Amino acid sequence: MAQTEVIGGPHVRAPSSVPRTMALVLLASSPAAGLGLYLFGWPALNLLMVTIAAALLSETLSLWLMGKPVRSSLFDGSALLTAWLLALTLPPWAPWWIGALGGAFAILIGKQVFGGIGQNLFNPAMLARVALLISFPLEMTTWAQPHPLFAADSPDFLTALSITFGTAPHIDGMTSATVLGYVKTGFTQGHTLSQSLTGHFAPTASLLGDTNGSLGETSALLVVLGGLVLLQQRIITWQIPLAMLAAIAALSGLFHWIDPERYGGVLFHLLSGGALLGAFFIATDPVTSPSSPRGQLLFGAGCGALTWVIRTWGGYPEGVAFAVLLMNAVTPLIDHYLRPRVYGRTRRGEPLRPPAPRNETSDE
Amino acid sequence: MLRLRRLRFRGGVHPEGHKQSTTDREIEPLPLPARLYLPVQQHIGAPAEPLVKPGDYVLKGQLLARSAGAVSAPVHASTSGTVVAIEPFTAPHPSGLPVRTVILEPDGEERWAERSYDSDAFAMTPEEIAARVGAAGIVGMGGAAFPAAVKLNLGSRNTVHTLVINGGECEPYLTCDDRLMQERPREIIDGVRIMMRALHAHTARIAIEDNKPYAIAAMTAAAAACPDVHVTAVPTRYPMGSEKQMIQALTGLEVPAGKLSADVGIVVHNVATAHAVRNALRRDQALISRIVTVGGGAVDTPRNLEVPLGTLVSDLLEACGLKEEPARLLAGGPMMGMVLPHAQVPVVKGTNGIIALTAKEINAGEVRPCIRCARCVAACPCGLMPLEMASRVRSGDIDGAVSYGLGDCISCGSCSYVCPSNIPLVQYFNFAKGALANQREEQRKTEETRRLAAERNARLEAAKQQKANQQRRRSEAAESTESG
Ligand code: SF4
Ligand code: SF4
Repeated sequence: MAQTEVIGGPHVRAPSSVPRTMALVLLASSPAAGLGLYLFGWPALNLLMVTIAAALLSETLSLWLMGKPVRSSLFDGSALLTAWLLALTLPPWAPWWIGALGGAFAILIGKQVFGGIGQNLFNPAMLARVALLISFPLEMTTWAQPHPLFAADSPDFLTALSITFGTAPHIDGMTSATVLGYVKTGFTQGHTLSQSLTGHFAPTASLLGDTNGSLGETSALLVVLGGLVLLQQRIITWQIPLAMLAAIAALSGLFHWIDPERYGGVLFHLLSGGALLGAFFIATDPVTSPSSPRGQLLFGAGCGALTWVIRTWGGYPEGVAFAVLLMNAVTPLIDHYLRPRVYGRTRRGEPLRPPAPRNETSDE
Repeated sequence: MLRLRRLRFRGGVHPEGHKQSTTDREIEPLPLPARLYLPVQQHIGAPAEPLVKPGDYVLKGQLLARSAGAVSAPVHASTSGTVVAIEPFTAPHPSGLPVRTVILEPDGEERWAERSYDSDAFAMTPEEIAARVGAAGIVGMGGAAFPAAVKLNLGSRNTVHTLVINGGECEPYLTCDDRLMQERPREIIDGVRIMMRALHAHTARIAIEDNKPYAIAAMTAAAAACPDVHVTAVPTRYPMGSEKQMIQALTGLEVPAGKLSADVGIVVHNVATAHAVRNALRRDQALISRIVTVGGGAVDTPRNLEVPLGTLVSDLLEACGLKEEPARLLAGGPMMGMVLPHAQVPVVKGTNGIIALTAKEINAGEVRPCIRCARCVAACPCGLMPLEMASRVRSGDIDGAVSYGLGDCISCGSCSYVCPSNIPLVQYFNFAKGALANQREEQRKTEETRRLAAERNARLEAAKQQKANQQRRRSEAAESTESG
């Protein structure tokens, strides 16, 4: 029992750890991911596996190159989670090299170049997604209709391999766009919003997930459910998701009210694309979001506003990834200026003034 | 009772309580050990000066060492017996350095020094009460060990309207205050009223965490006769026992940075301190024993023991039995307690618990890089950003850490408790505070040297001047006689 070194308190700790945190996020997103895998079948699973394998390989390689302990860092779950989240935002039938490039890019450029876990300025998954989107716009915007596993038109395992690994370029059921994409192209062809939306946007389908879109973001219901689990487990705080969704809702509501034929409504914006997945799982990435509650509110609101702006006026149909990256860049600034108020001090750091004495006369 | 404002402070954590094993066990007296080890410094402030020498026979309650200075506390004999030595001995003190210690061999007769029972506390002036408390060697018994009389004198200089009695006991495992409130509520209330008189306070508020329903019931019943003493249940939340957080939870007031709680009209004392004050004033009894929770997973039968001060921790552990060799032995609770190097350390006035933890309870995990999850920010009751402070300390930028509020950190450990990367945040902060204190000390010394040098120069200058004056006067005198 002899103790020579001085050990500081506390001598008990909360049952939290980095691997546990990562595992909980994985778990919370797994219902939505599971549904995605079910809806899009074997090709989606292939893509997921390729992305994860590429990320883990890249992580191992860079840890090894930098002489860092490989085992504990590799198994902290962070690389796995990055790849997982990236895959959830990819078109589910994308070819294998999209996943491979994305996974490697996320880890090598998104994370390790900055110095590894906790050091990166940008969300690695979103950085990879944007890099892919810019480099391979066609593959990144070619979406499959749901072909539920075990349904008659679902590709079997072999067909799936040929879809993922690139021997079957034009598979029946590949459609050109998501709802957001339809609206965007619709406008360029002079269609009104309702014309574009007809037959392409059904709130109930978006709610349940029976629609085309990224692997993990089709079912609003399951995404929100996962988000609630994260909130309940205190893995994330409410500030970022709430502020982000509120900003999207406020802007879309306002503009839809001004001109319903040009601007999508609240439900449309909240339920389509990566708004929900972004709010609960992406923007809340601890490393790249601010630390103080007020900073998180501002950050979330910024993500939401930018998402709406990019969707509405930007060159791409979907804005979440860009919005998150842009806000990542201001995170250090937010952290510097929006600190919590210190006990006994004003927001500006001056000591509070003592209250006036309650008694009739003060001494001295 | 309708309350619109929720009784709470920002941040904080909910460590598992582990209180069930001792909250129902009555306080038991511990038999006299073979030897008692009484350090002359059991409090914050200057060490006391021994008045006895080896070979002296002393009576129970007799003064062994008198307080030296404004912030200090005397030490008394816990029982009758012979002083066998006065020498350095390990004490539960953060410095870890041995402290001058009076070693007493009990004769087993418990012969009391003379006491006077005839004084009526309520006929005494506030100053007299405070003086008695000071003479009895009472210090804050919640762990801080600040001389109690100093805080009781605040009433004459500040306008103190409220005495807050801290029955929070938010540290896991500890139940000594809980048991004291359950078993001796009337004595505590008596002590509270005496303290109110010393402070000129017109209200007393006893705050008890709501995980102690029996203590709340007992104290409420005992306080029923006193309209100006209120018992309030506060939420169970660490660090509720911290003075500033308790004040905020109870009153919504914040103590301004750099000020004392008395500056907002409040003085906080612990329940055990109130009990000791009552014993000092009503029974003329110095602080010579205290209640200690012995607990932790490595302890066979966790108990609350009433222990003569100076008893060795090993005697306590023997009385309760060990199931296994503890992985860590603590004086105090597991959140803020200090690690004991071994069990040959005496119980002192501030020792509220001896906790022997198993390796499993410590749950020490691998230290990983910070993932900026901000849980430490959410947990900090002081509104600090521990991750930013720690990263600055790590890179040697102490000033940067100060600009992030290092000086406002109360070392409560909430941030370390929640950190999923197991980063020893408080350890960084304590290290930085130590470095800062050293720096200030150095600065003080340099300034002192400069001041002394300047004084010396001034003295020399004055002497020279005087000499010159004398010479002038002499020559003037000579001149005048010559011319005269
Ligand atoms: S709790 Fe730990 S890992 Fe999380 S931000 Fe604070 S220091 Fe970093
Ligand atoms: S130890 Fe300091 S920084 Fe950490 S939670 Fe407590 S007050 Fe805040």
